[in-house]
Amino acid sequence: MSDDNPSFFARIFLAWVAYFRTLFDADFAAGVVRLREGGPALPPPKEEEAPAEKPKPEKEAKKKEPPPVLKTAGPEAALQLLGLLQREGRFVDFVEEDLADAADEDIGAAARVVHEGCRKALNEHFTIAPVHASEEGERVTVEEGFDAHEIRLTGNVVGDPPFEGELTHRGWKVTDVSLPKMSEGHDPHVIAAAEVELS
Amino acid sequence: MSDEPSYAVGIDLGTTHCAVSYVDLDLSEGEEVAQHVLPVPQTVSPGSVESLDLLPSFLYLPKQGELAEGDLTLPWEKAPAFAVGEIARTLGTKTPIRVVSSAKSWLCHGGVDRRGSILPHGAPEEVPKVSPLQASILYLEHLREAWEAKHPEAPLDEQEVVITVPASFDPAARELTAEAAREAGFEQMVLLEEPQAALYSWIQGTGTEWRDHVQLGDVILVVDVGGGTTDLSLIAVAEQDGTLELHRIAVGDHILLGGDNMDLALAVAVRAKIEEEKGKKLDAWQLTALTHGCRQAKETLLSDPEVDAVPVVVPSRGSKLVGGSIRSELTREEVERILVEGFFPEVEADARPKTRARGALTQLGLPYAQDAGITRHLAAFLGKQVGATEDLEGFEGALPEGATFLHPTAILFNGGVFNSSLLSGRVGEVVNGWLEAEGAAPARVLEGAKLDVAVARGAAYYAYARRGQGVRIRGGTAQAYYVGVESAMPAVPGMEPPITAVCIAPFGIEEGSECDPAPQELGLVVGEPVEFRFFGSSVRRDDGVGQVLERWDDDELEELPEIQATLPAEGRTPGEVVPVRLRAGVTEVGTLRLEAIPREGHERWKVELDVRASGD
Repeated sequence: MSDDNPSFFARIFLAWVAYFRTLFDADFAAGVVRLREGGPALPPPKEEEAPAEKPKPEKEAKKKEPPPVLKTAGPEAALQLLGLLQREGRFVDFVEEDLADAADEDIGAAARVVHEGCRKALNEHFTIAPVHASEEGERVTVEEGFDAHEIRLTGNVVGDPPFEGELTHRGWKVTDVSLPKMSEGHDPHVIAAAEVELS
Repeated sequence: MSDEPSYAVGIDLGTTHCAVSYVDLDLSEGEEVAQHVLPVPQTVSPGSVESLDLLPSFLYLPKQGELAEGDLTLPWEKAPAFAVGEIARTLGTKTPIRVVSSAKSWLCHGGVDRRGSILPHGAPEEVPKVSPLQASILYLEHLREAWEAKHPEAPLDEQEVVITVPASFDPAARELTAEAAREAGFEQMVLLEEPQAALYSWIQGTGTEWRDHVQLGDVILVVDVGGGTTDLSLIAVAEQDGTLELHRIAVGDHILLGGDNMDLALAVAVRAKIEEEKGKKLDAWQLTALTHGCRQAKETLLSDPEVDAVPVVVPSRGSKLVGGSIRSELTREEVERILVEGFFPEVEADARPKTRARGALTQLGLPYAQDAGITRHLAAFLGKQVGATEDLEGFEGALPEGATFLHPTAILFNGGVFNSSLLSGRVGEVVNGWLEAEGAAPARVLEGAKLDVAVARGAAYYAYARRGQGVRIRGGTAQAYYVGVESAMPAVPGMEPPITAVCIAPFGIEEGSECDPAPQELGLVVGEPVEFRFFGSSVRRDDGVGQVLERWDDDELEELPEIQATLPAEGRTPGEVVPVRLRAGVTEVGTLRLEAIPREGHERWKVELDVRASGD
């Protein structure tokens, strides 16, 4: 049933057949009525009807390709991580501070707190491994069919794989994530509660 | 649900941390054991729950409204009234009046009412209080819920469960631990001494080869330094029908001294330096933060001999981190002076811990060890137990003539403190120095896992071994028990009537066995609680039931909390004196049981080990 525009003779035959079927076939007649009113010839499919019956022209699907989906991660996990880094490593305190006039010695002391704490938070909740096993600075080969998520080619990117180059950064890959579970009523926007000490 | 247990579960109910390990019985055969550690879900910060291998033994009692709704929600409870675990410890550093810590040490403190609501110790009136017993129940309940959340098909009361206690726990503290376990819903469980659990963990670690590492005549010294206590035990390797057998022959005194004391000692030293150099005073929260920093710095210094000093920073409490934080450092010299020389001094075999006369007021707090020198406590223990192997078959003549202390042939270290080979090495050197002075061969170190969960793992292995799979350590009671009876002598003004001690339970009664009643009769007053003085001896191995001691040395008999018997008034006249005899036994659980038996009839009345419980 793909002939969109039947020839003249085909139309004579069709009119002939249609004349008699309109007279003797009530369903067919109902379809003709729907066509005259500008609707589709077939009644809306009943639920049991096989979906294969539905004429879904492929052309139409190609014409209206859905736009690429760019996901927005829910803010909860991000807020949770921020809370963790603040709790363990005073991360937000440190980054929010104005360091313009601070002595390097004081910054160094604070950085130890941040480094030690954030490292602990990361180690406890993420398993992080380098993407590339070689040492940085070594010559490495990138084989054909490499995963472009894992390996970024830079510099003189021409020719065909295998590529030869210097490993400038080993990359990091999180192999496992285990974030704390949150209770329903908890507001993750508060990443550190204000503290009031009663004396 | 079938009655056959699917798991053997070991619970380390520690002073500072609890841990649970389990053996899957269906997947284990002989010495091939499928073992795991149970991750315990707990609140780690308000509203956030994580599963960790250790549950800190802390309980926080929040003020109503102090925490928001849902801040303490656990997978099994929406709104608990209190917090257990990591969050309790964290909140407690800033609000110490509402946190209960070291409940286990209070459980073994005969000077207080252990069922009385006394914790947090010294908290203001408004703060709700719990008893040491209740705190232990809450920790165990948390562990049970954690288990049942993970294994809903295998309720804990249908599994083989072993709970560990310090070897030095007195009979009343053991009984209270068993009671806490029953209250927390552990119907079937037995108790195991922690140093034994450590040895089981080592045995399991050797796979099937432990017999290759020890031999007949070996005496293994277990030095277990936990967060809050030091526990010593001696285990002899004997032989029965051609196979090696392990006998726990002695346990040490209860020493409240552990790894936390060491970290605190370092922090106090660094604090003094900060106060002197920077002129800044540190508050309690900052000291806690400093202790934390010192613990990490210590581990670096102890594990890396190249490092001479590690910076330690006390973060500011406010949001101004830069400028508000105080930097200092911990040096190798300080760690060696404070930790190695302070806690593990080089001493002679005849050294003994220093004791000061305690003021009456000190009894209100925990009776911390007055001498921090663990090697001195060790010398005292080995000196006191010089005769521990005398009656053991295969040990005749093992000790040279004139030996002043029992010679261990092997040492097993347990506890996070000994992750540092510097500290275990020092203990080894000191003990070997003593051995050399008496012409004995040096003791070898049994290499094994010194993990935080070794005790729980060993306990689970024991729960498994109890089913007839694998080796078992024979033990029995590590003390003989005596009841104090006033001598029938004319009273002398100004002098207490002399007391004689009557043995009611000899040394080494095995679980599930019972002694004959002591022939001496005691008078009980119907309807009134009657108290008796109670003693234990860890050295008098040969006294039988009914043995009477007129006098004894101070270190021979140790006075325990009084015991108490109440005769119900049924069918008797209140005030009437009924002669009874005392009979001792050890339950299957591993607790001491005392009963009063009247001269006539078949009645038996339970004698309470923890008098203050019902007395006060």
